[in-house]
Amino acid sequence: MAAPLVLVVLAAVTVRAALYRSSLAVFIAERVEVASPLNAWKRVVEGLALLDLGVSPYSGAIFHETPLIVYLFHFLIEYAELVFMITDVLTAVALYLAIQDFNKVVFKKQKLLIELDKYAPDVAELIQTPMEMHYIPLKVALFYLLNPYTVMSCVAKSTCAINNSVIAFFILATIKGSAFLSAVFLALATYQSLYPVTLFAPALLYLLQRQFIPIKLKSKSFWLYTMQYASLYLCSLVVIICLSFFLLNSWDFIPSVYGFILSVPDLTPNIGLFWYFFAEMFEHFSLFFVCVFQINVFFYTIPLAIKLKEHPVFFMFVQLAIISIFKSYPTLGDVALYMAFLPVWSHLYRYYLFYKKFLKSCILQMLHSRLRLCNLSSTPATVLRNIFILSCVLIFCSFLFPVLWHLWIYAGSANSNFYYAITLTFNIGQILLISDYFYAFLRREYYLTHGLHLTRQDGTEAMLVLK
Amino acid sequence: GGMAALLLLLLLLVAAGPGPGRAEEERERRDALREELLLSPLPTGDVAATFQFRTRWDADLQRGSVSHYRLFPKALGRLVAALGVRELHLALTQGFWRTRYWGQPPLQAPAGAELWVWFQPTVTDVDKAWKELSNILSGIFCASLNFIDSTNTVIPTASFKPLGLANGTDHHLLRYAVLPREVVCTENLTPWKKLLPCGSKAGLAVLLKAERLFHSSYHSQAVHIRPICRDASCLAVSWELRQTLTVVFDFFSSGQGKKDWSLFKMFSRTLTDTCPLASQSKVYVDISPKNKEKELLEVSPPPTSVHEAVVQGDKKTYAVYDLLNPSLFNTSRSLNVQLKWKRPQDSSEMPIPTLHAQRYVGGYGLQTGEICTLIYNTHPYRAFPVILLETVPWYLRLYVHTLTIITKGKENKPSYIHYQPAQDRRRPHLLEMLIQLPANSVTKITIQFERALLKWTEYPPDPNHGFYVGSSVLSALVPSVTAMKDMDLEQSPLFTSLFPSSDGSSYFVRLYTEPLLVNLPTPDFSMPYNVICLTCTVVAVCYGSFYNLLTRTFHVEEPSRGGLAKRLANVIRKFRGVPPL
Repeated sequence: MAAPLVLVVLAAVTVRAALYRSSLAVFIAERVEVASPLNAWKRVVEGLALLDLGVSPYSGAIFHETPLIVYLFHFLIEYAELVFMITDVLTAVALYLAIQDFNKVVFKKQKLLIELDKYAPDVAELIQTPMEMHYIPLKVALFYLLNPYTVMSCVAKSTCAINNSVIAFFILATIKGSAFLSAVFLALATYQSLYPVTLFAPALLYLLQRQFIPIKLKSKSFWLYTMQYASLYLCSLVVIICLSFFLLNSWDFIPSVYGFILSVPDLTPNIGLFWYFFAEMFEHFSLFFVCVFQINVFFYTIPLAIKLKEHPVFFMFVQLAIISIFKSYPTLGDVALYMAFLPVWSHLYRYYLFYKKFLKSCILQMLHSRLRLCNLSSTPATVLRNIFILSCVLIFCSFLFPVLWHLWIYAGSANSNFYYAITLTFNIGQILLISDYFYAFLRREYYLTHGLHLTRQDGTEAMLVLK
Repeated sequence: GGMAALLLLLLLLVAAGPGPGRAEEERERRDALREELLLSPLPTGDVAATFQFRTRWDADLQRGSVSHYRLFPKALGRLVAALGVRELHLALTQGFWRTRYWGQPPLQAPAGAELWVWFQPTVTDVDKAWKELSNILSGIFCASLNFIDSTNTVIPTASFKPLGLANGTDHHLLRYAVLPREVVCTENLTPWKKLLPCGSKAGLAVLLKAERLFHSSYHSQAVHIRPICRDASCLAVSWELRQTLTVVFDFFSSGQGKKDWSLFKMFSRTLTDTCPLASQSKVYVDISPKNKEKELLEVSPPPTSVHEAVVQGDKKTYAVYDLLNPSLFNTSRSLNVQLKWKRPQDSSEMPIPTLHAQRYVGGYGLQTGEICTLIYNTHPYRAFPVILLETVPWYLRLYVHTLTIITKGKENKPSYIHYQPAQDRRRPHLLEMLIQLPANSVTKITIQFERALLKWTEYPPDPNHGFYVGSSVLSALVPSVTAMKDMDLEQSPLFTSLFPSSDGSSYFVRLYTEPLLVNLPTPDFSMPYNVICLTCTVVAVCYGSFYNLLTRTFHVEEPSRGGLAKRLANVIRKFRGVPPL
């Protein structure tokens, strides 16, 4: 299993090294889709240059990295390309190991539930086999390392790669069951980009599940463990923030990093929803809408925690996707992180094939008997309904981003609305993709417990609806 | 009753008579007005006219005891006293002084409005005083100086030193702002003229007619207030108000190719009398021989005297008309200075000033760009340092790591650099550098910037016209080719004496480069409602689908009894005898 991973890593490193040497590197580094004001490499260099001039990098409006990044690149600026390649590889390896472990857990749980007869009898098709699960970790690594979004992000030297790496290590630590490391990495991720604070809930749920602590509000052990994990997290956060204070001997970084993330003063276009909205906002509503938009990231966490308390890793995936859609300065690197998880849920996609098979049989039936209309919606195969369309939307948007940017900024033959329209489409695509996965996941869970072939009370084939 | 009143009046007159008379005499000694006009033909054929009016008052405005104003304008005097101003320099300029072609000006100013003020060390809240001052000046001069706020104010550390008497140069007492978009017109000239003791009724000021002054290539009016030494021992302070006005007329293109000019042609007025309040009133005409040749031009009427001086490193000859000299108005009622060229001048050999600069924006597209400044040192053998001050608004995000300074193909490291990065909507970028300019060299300074997208309400009307970036300021002690003599500042012509000259070998020059016009990307201004609706729709799509999935659970659909339509259909079917739906 290690050999294919090494091959993937080698391929990824080769692609990145080749791109670094090509003339495309400059073009990619300037792209607003991969380099936001928060993590553009140009701004990191600027911050270090300011430091060299004896000016605090946080005294201006250019630099918004955390002091630890300043410290890291103060020493490693010469080896930046290497650092970013290694970061990407580390992220992929961490995800690989995490998913490998997660698959084992899933398999064990599945086996246990089958033995306990918790599943309906006719769901054999829905059970994940070890054969299928064998290649999932590799696919995850592949999806992360060779995803064009990640490659672009790495070539642009966006520090988003570092945030992703921290989150990947946090996931690894959580899945391995190390509460301490999980809390430390979660604190680091929060410190780096604030929004990962929402990942606290899924991590806690996973750790509780691992410790076989029932998630009940009345249970004492539940509260004990929660307090333990929360205090670990808060302590590490305080330690990291104090460390940053001692690095630069000032608190300037707090408003300059977190204030900047929350109040969205820089309206440089990006793939997110914020920039044009606040460029066009009426001044006196601005604060209200900043709050409304920022709350979106945090808003879904608690309902998701209730709905998905049995499936914390899926919760984590959905939460990562929500962060990447609703964060104030999103880049393609953020999208790449949650996209790396798509192979983990490939068993949801499988029903798409099953669905096609079913469609064929349906048509044959129709041709032969002409008696009964085929009720497509009543088939259990309507999982991941729009995956094809949504993939197309995302791919086309990715190509249209630079085209419409060129038309607006350089050719002058289009205006800002064109680029805005494509960001809207891209985000709609992401939202529908995630809700599709969510829908499919919930539906599969229903089938697992209620059986694949549902019947009404009168014995006819039944339709499944959300009520 | 009437008789008694008359008597009282008489008594009063007798009592009041001698007192004020004496006081007035005393005051007359204490304040003085000197006015002068310098006419200099420029190498390109244009003519520059520089008016200077100097009111000098031997009183200490700061002490606050002053209540009676005579020559010194009360509005400015009280301003200085009330706000703790130590030095005030305001210039309103239309057009750009082309140093490369016109030579070094006596006083240059950047396009638009420029204001720099030194406050007294006693002022506690300098920013508040600065805000108040700019608002008051805005009222006095009818200019948009009230637009001076923290986004265009900087505190230079090296470029602007006090020109007058000063005991300390703590630069936190200094404020500097330029409004490059300001348009200067008649409404700014009228209040400026009103500050003159004779208004525009008599003396040199009769020439200041708006319809001619603004029909020119360059117009700059300024007010400088500073404390100076009362005498050589410098034990007491006097206050000096200098009002200067420089205007450049283009005679070469408007005068049918002839470079001849006269006062009447320029101002459509002639000088008829002097301002009775002026203690000195002179017209200087620059008749310096070019290229060591014999005089090519002649002035009429014959000047009262000829003055020779070394001005800005150049030996100059001036024909002087002293308006207080009674013989001048004896022959004719009015003075109309005329200049005629004896033979056509070959314009190919224009003298190039020792220091001049040029600035432009490089790059294309609306994402990034580059500000390039070229500084020329044409001195044949002397190198000298220059201080460059660059103020860039926050919406052009400067990247100081991209700053390159190249002289003669090699990198030129500045010996002093002060950089203050901008803060969004609060503070502009300030870059100050001390650069050594080698002899006979061109120094190219480039710095890259990124163009910000602003909120739609932050764009000015006509946003696609672009945004102005104020001129950068070059201050240098330029080594002169000819040695200068030390002159008595009180006696020398006014145009030589604003900047203190350190010694005979060099002279101070302050140059301003071109202002820049930079385009920023713009949002669609007609879209706010659409954008709010569309973006909120996307958020709502997310909310809706998640709400659905989070709050509902899967159920097998049970056959419904059907709605009204189905029931109706079944009733009809029953009548028809068909099985119900």
